[in-house]
Amino acid sequence: MCTGIVETTEVKGSGKGPSGWFKLEEVNVSYDHPTDAPLEHALNIDFVNEKMGPGARVAVELSPESARKLVDAILTALSRGEDLSKN
Amino acid sequence: MHRYTTDMYEGMLAETTTVQGFNGDIINAYFARPLGPGPFPGVVVIHHMPGWDELYREMTRKFAHHGYLAFSPNIYYRFGHGSPDDVAAKVRASGGVADDSVLGDTEGSVRFLKSLPQSNEKIGVFGTCSSGRQAFLAACRLKGFDAAVDCWGGGVVMSKEELTSKRPVAPIDYTEDLSCPLLGLFGEEDQNPTPQHVHLLEEELKKYGKNYEFHMYPKAGHGFFYYDRPLYRQEQAVDGWKKLFAFFEKYLRPSS
Repeated sequence: MCTGIVETTEVKGSGKGPSGWFKLEEVNVSYDHPTDAPLEHALNIDFVNEKMGPGARVAVELSPESARKLVDAILTALSRGEDLSKN
Repeated sequence: MHRYTTDMYEGMLAETTTVQGFNGDIINAYFARPLGPGPFPGVVVIHHMPGWDELYREMTRKFAHHGYLAFSPNIYYRFGHGSPDDVAAKVRASGGVADDSVLGDTEGSVRFLKSLPQSNEKIGVFGTCSSGRQAFLAACRLKGFDAAVDCWGGGVVMSKEELTSKRPVAPIDYTEDLSCPLLGLFGEEDQNPTPQHVHLLEEELKKYGKNYEFHMYPKAGHGFFYYDRPLYRQEQAVDGWKKLFAFFEKYLRPSS
């Protein structure tokens, strides 16, 4: 099914695409058909810079389980980094 | 039925071209057609949500191989250019393409096909997934179609909460205006449209006395034609294509 489920937020940082590094401005997170991953639905993350055109994109397509592991890993790494900063 | 035999001439020309679409915009399109004077029926091949991609190029050529002037407008033209998946990701992030835009591009495609000297003036519309929905919508809101094929179009039935400025009306609400015979191919394991959604549409078609033919395939879900995806179901896909071409032959090439 086409879900149309998409969440968007602004981000600051850089991403590396086929043409090298570029400035990131947004991230689009969707739960929908993947293009490449062999899944019916995937958690798709697109880091983009819309001003630079559709090709300015770093894309991943993850199984829902993998996406949850990623969320945990991000939160754990962030927490550890923030603890270091406090010391 | 338009059949090829090993002793006959066959030729096809397939290329990108342009057409005047929604709002008078010149958009690009993929046009595959059998060689020869015809007359041939036309089919507008509306590409699916994952983009104006290789699969839709192949499907467009498949229609040409079966003797149709097959025309696939790039309904994502206004979102910019790049690889089909990059453009599709941009469209997905912006909430999809507006119904009015798709209808305008489809109307322009019909106009183009009917203008061709080798046209028999019969036109069909075909779509899968999001474009199955758009094919149904086009058959309701536009004139000039003689047959429509909706393959597992999700979002024909929509709740009020699902309506957006780009999709302001649920296509099922236009059923009364359906202007041509409709073929629907669906999988009973699909979650959008669910069998219940299909049933609701069928009830509406019956209510208005419309000419329709629905097939609900067991052991199939969404997108069972897509041979490059895990959703592919060989037996159901082969049967679906047979039914699709039988339907188009009946209504688009009635004298054959």
